[in-house]
Amino acid sequence: MKFSIAAFLSGLIFGLGLILSGMANPEKVLGFLDLAGLWDPSLAFVMGGAILVGLVAFTIARKRTLSFLGFSMKLPASTHIDSRLVVGSLMFGIGWGIAGFCPGPGLVALGAGELKAAVFVSSMVAGMAVYEWIERKRSRA
Amino acid sequence: MIDIAWSEFTPWTALAGGILIGLAAASFVLLNGRIAGISGILGGLLTPSSGDIGWRIAFMAGLIGAPLLWLLAADLPAINVEASYPALIVAGLLVGIGTRYGSGCTSGHGVCGLSRLSPRSLVATLSFMAAGFVTVFLIRHALGV
Repeated sequence: MKFSIAAFLSGLIFGLGLILSGMANPEKVLGFLDLAGLWDPSLAFVMGGAILVGLVAFTIARKRTLSFLGFSMKLPASTHIDSRLVVGSLMFGIGWGIAGFCPGPGLVALGAGELKAAVFVSSMVAGMAVYEWIERKRSRA
Repeated sequence: MIDIAWSEFTPWTALAGGILIGLAAASFVLLNGRIAGISGILGGLLTPSSGDIGWRIAFMAGLIGAPLLWLLAADLPAINVEASYPALIVAGLLVGIGTRYGSGCTSGHGVCGLSRLSPRSLVATLSFMAAGFVTVFLIRHALGV
């Protein structure tokens, strides 16, 4: 229960940050991704602000085996750079460039009652289901 | 030469929002011991195992509920989606498959991964950023859609 309440609060703060930063607005995101047009550098400041805080948090987290609520630290152990990582990220980037939505902002815009976000999120979840289906087929083969 | 859209440039709210996002990632790793990767948290709901569902739903509820909390204090900023419905469906599929295949998105690789100084996340972030820049260039300038 403690774990879920903390997760809820993290999600809530994350969402508020996405709204305040402008990332929940695809028009703003595309303004950042459009280097050849009139470029809006704002999103670099979003990443900068987030990473500034993140650097401190993960420096603390790395030294601990238990979280401050007493849960085990589950940080990714994989350091392997392979084609899955690159091809998957490229696919994601193409989708991001088409819609101006990445997963978090899509979900926040859905919460704001945006119909187009609902379509994007439904399709994204379908895509995740396709991935699971392919993985299951592959592991059986 | 890059022309800056000065009238659209919002460095202070961007920085403040970024700090909030950082605080969310910080609280999640320091309290829960996990990476706040949104595609991973959502994707995990598709292969549910017992004891691993509730917190994912709670995180999603917080994220989706954020606009409602915001509305108690102020009007929501504009959300303008230029993409057509068919484009959104294609984009959604690419984002869904791509983030799971690449094990993360803007939050997991971009924010948390770069904060951890993970070379893997740096490669992922450079890949999706580059693909995003090229895609927008092709759509807006080469194809002129």
